Amino acid sequence: MPKDHGIGASTKRREDIRFLTGRGVYTDDMALHGQTFAVFVRSTVAHGRIKSINTAKAAGMPGVLAIFTGEDFKDVGGNPAGWLINSRDGTPMREPKRPVLAHGKVRHVGDAYAAVIAETYAQARDAAEQLAEDSVIEELPAIIDMKAAVADASNRVHDEIPDNLCFDWGWIEDNRAAVDAAMQAAPHKVTLELVNNRLVPNAMEPRASIGEYNPGTGDYKLTTTSQNPHLTRLLVAAFVLGIPENKLTVVAPDVGGGFGSKIYHYGEEALVLAAAKKLGRPVRWTAERSESFLTDAHGRDHVTKIELGCTKDGQILAIRTETLANVGAYLSNFSTATPTFLHGTLMAGPYKVPHVYVNVKTVFTNTAPVDAYRGAGRPEATFSLERVIDKMCRELNLDPFEVRRKNLLTPDQFPYTTPVGLVYDTGNYQATLDKAMAMADVSGFAKRAAESKARGKLRGMGLSTWIEACGIAPSHLVGILGSRVGLYDAATVRVNATGNISVMVGAHSHGQGHETVFPQIVAEKLGIPESSIEIVHGDTSKIPFGMGSYGSRSLAVCGTAMAKAVDKIIAKGKKIAAHMLEASEGDITFEDGKFQVAGTDKAKTFGEIAFSAYVPHNYPLETLEPGLEETAFYDPANFTYPAGAYICEVEVDEGTGKVDVVAFHCADDFGNVMNPLIVEGQVHGGVGQGIGQALCEFTAYDETGQLLTGSYMDYPMPRAEDVPFYNVDYSCQTPCTHNPLGVKGCGEAGAIGSPPAVVNAVIDALQRGGHTHVTHIDMPVSPSRVWSAING
Amino acid sequence: MHNFDFAKPSTIADAAKALGADGAQALSGGQTLIPTMKQRLAAPGVLVSLTGIKEMQGVCMGDGGLHVGAATPHAVVAKEAVAHYPALAALAGGIGDPAVRSRGTIGGSIANNDPAACYPSAVLASGATVVTNKRKIAADDYFQGLFTTALEEGEFITEVVFPIPQKAAYVKFNQPASRFALTGVFVAKFANGVRVGVTGAGNDGVFRWKEAEAALSANFSASAISGLTVDAGGMNTDLHGSAAYRANLVKVLTGRAVTAAG
Repeated sequence: MPKDHGIGASTKRREDIRFLTGRGVYTDDMALHGQTFAVFVRSTVAHGRIKSINTAKAAGMPGVLAIFTGEDFKDVGGNPAGWLINSRDGTPMREPKRPVLAHGKVRHVGDAYAAVIAETYAQARDAAEQLAEDSVIEELPAIIDMKAAVADASNRVHDEIPDNLCFDWGWIEDNRAAVDAAMQAAPHKVTLELVNNRLVPNAMEPRASIGEYNPGTGDYKLTTTSQNPHLTRLLVAAFVLGIPENKLTVVAPDVGGGFGSKIYHYGEEALVLAAAKKLGRPVRWTAERSESFLTDAHGRDHVTKIELGCTKDGQILAIRTETLANVGAYLSNFSTATPTFLHGTLMAGPYKVPHVYVNVKTVFTNTAPVDAYRGAGRPEATFSLERVIDKMCRELNLDPFEVRRKNLLTPDQFPYTTPVGLVYDTGNYQATLDKAMAMADVSGFAKRAAESKARGKLRGMGLSTWIEACGIAPSHLVGILGSRVGLYDAATVRVNATGNISVMVGAHSHGQGHETVFPQIVAEKLGIPESSIEIVHGDTSKIPFGMGSYGSRSLAVCGTAMAKAVDKIIAKGKKIAAHMLEASEGDITFEDGKFQVAGTDKAKTFGEIAFSAYVPHNYPLETLEPGLEETAFYDPANFTYPAGAYICEVEVDEGTGKVDVVAFHCADDFGNVMNPLIVEGQVHGGVGQGIGQALCEFTAYDETGQLLTGSYMDYPMPRAEDVPFYNVDYSCQTPCTHNPLGVKGCGEAGAIGSPPAVVNAVIDALQRGGHTHVTHIDMPVSPSRVWSAING
Repeated sequence: MHNFDFAKPSTIADAAKALGADGAQALSGGQTLIPTMKQRLAAPGVLVSLTGIKEMQGVCMGDGGLHVGAATPHAVVAKEAVAHYPALAALAGGIGDPAVRSRGTIGGSIANNDPAACYPSAVLASGATVVTNKRKIAADDYFQGLFTTALEEGEFITEVVFPIPQKAAYVKFNQPASRFALTGVFVAKFANGVRVGVTGAGNDGVFRWKEAEAALSANFSASAISGLTVDAGGMNTDLHGSAAYRANLVKVLTGRAVTAAG
């Protein structure tokens, strides 16, 4: 019988009560006494020199309290990149300053170069429009296309960077010659050029920030839509504005989705703090949806050439890739890690491939900054790899299932050191492949295809066997790789006097369900009800520290810190019990919420121990302190490596080119599963986003840098009718070997594994339908693209 | 959005009077106008709501066919026209989403004449009559290109009268983002011939595909148009489809509409 509480139970999400009844409290919901409104003046050109900004007229308009321009922030710090990447020749990446407000030049449509603060939103907006009219910006030629950007040294996004190149990275550079030789010697070579389409994150809640300053104490407070408030505090306090961290509280209350876009610190956060200080009043800003499109960090945007060398029977011998990765106009905080260490290190996939080499040139363009978006680098790697393997199978007329099986690592090969720098600790890729094939009824495909044909549709089946590195991240390893911060996490478990518990965690929940899952783990370990445990997150004044939620890290890293803090609570409880029961500490056992003297019936409940901890009369204070609160920091020893097999079936309407996903089967290995219901939800959401990328979403800038897909009139989001009922399985479990919960993370899996499965299925359908000239279609595989491919 | 004055007359005469004011703008369901005002791309001084006028509401059979009040929301047409003109009801029920269908009106749709709106194809294919506060306009004379109609200053639609065809169907292929019609085809078979209205595809707005009308008038089956081609020269190209793709859709959807009409 399934468990109804604790680890492994499908406990319903407690946070849904407030979310589904309109009782969530988001940044924009907070009304503050004396509040003022900020509106940003944003560039309408992609590239331009700021000649003058005449603030006089706007400053005199009704309700206007203050105006800021780039000039006001030219002497404070820039918003830094979190990872230092070195080029192949050993030179460090180019790091142009990313200012709070653009100064000297504007570099993308939406780049803010001024801000107006007024008594009301309408007044601020009126004055911002006036200010825009009174600003002279000399338009410069826009740099949009990446190939043109690196080829033309005369036109520069940043004047000091002649070729618009941030870095030219080789991984692993020392292996390059050996990989070239292996490729040269391979009996068969497959080449595929592809685009990994740029995506706009489109969190349901737009970004919003409120700055507060108390002139009486000198304390600042920033309430903001963040996935990691501590990192935002570090960046805005230490790097940008120079505020001591003890004088700044950052609160991320309920946050309506992030998908990566709210990991980063943005200039608007610094602006509202600086403005609040100047005015001594709260200053608030909430993005309009069009601002979200223009200024949230976008995702993906790679142009890749991948080559694969193999034997005639499909044994992969070598893989080599060349990628242009768009970083946009400025370096967002994780932007240099995403196309490198979150991408190149995954290029061996779950396969035993002796030779792999990855080259990435990261390019500045006059577009919105690009950074990590659900999956971050790993979807790009998986897509390239799974598409080229599919192409290999077609060229050599091999069965895609058998080719995967032939190349997959086998369970006896772990731990396995890949040629691209990772050590996979454990896995069973055959098991997930077998499971997915059984779920998909692969042998029944011909019958289903015939049935589709009878309805005038072409049916196809696509496979993807994927792996990711998550649980970000082992600090010692990412330090070697260029990360400027360690990526551990922390938790404090506070047992209150009456035995209920507050857990302060560094992970931030903005849809993941931490408030439900984390108590399940604590309840299991302490033998008390989940309902007596509360999770506190998203407030730097309440939580020791944390690196936030992204990279499928919350459970594997922060959850482990929490479990370790609970272990400390149990150890302390044993001390207290020993004292109360007049026994030796070593004789105390803890089970089912009871501290007991082994071999006797002398026992104290968890509640009795907790109460005693706070109302002691006779503690031996030199050996036993009152109180029951413990903090633990946890730094993982390695990444975790979730993996799985996805099988997608599509139907293609040849008349219109429309693709329908009619079945999607997921067999995932997430290690131990804490809450199956939430895991399924994460997979559903991730696969939905992956189908969105594969079939619908794209971001188009015209040659002048105007965003053509700047609203939902032109940016196609997937809707319920675009996705099927998912068939999800997580029963293949090889627990992570290096964290005590044995968990691997599940948040990004769906978005990583699904796009190639969808595209492979579309190509399969077209090939079976006789359109044998169609070997690749770039995402999104939209109706017009499919029709054009068929008829091209 | 800038500030504006608001009037909600209860008679056609009062509405006409209110719309005579300087800077006055008619407001029906507001599904295009309100977002445009929110983006500050339009800033009328006075909004005159037409949704409080009883005689502009509702669906009923009468002289010349089905009378649909101009301020009737799509959701009402979807429900109440089913018994009289199912293809029209189905079209109304497929516009936008439930929120749009509860607010948006037929009069607002065809007064705006968005080249990707659904209703213009039905009005044109049905040979409907657009009735205004001043006159009656035949559908063939009413639509005059992108966002352009025969309506004059101060003139507003009060109802649309649809002759009921023997058979009809509307088939829409959604633009993937907006879910407007990337191409939509309304086919209506009358005793005296077939009319085909195409929306979303043409670079000058809704149009009749007359070659198909001729072929289908002779033989009302999908195979009747198999030999025809649509000239891509008159089609629209955008992010979501080329002119050639739209030309293909016109033909494919016309065939499917004929099949659906039975």
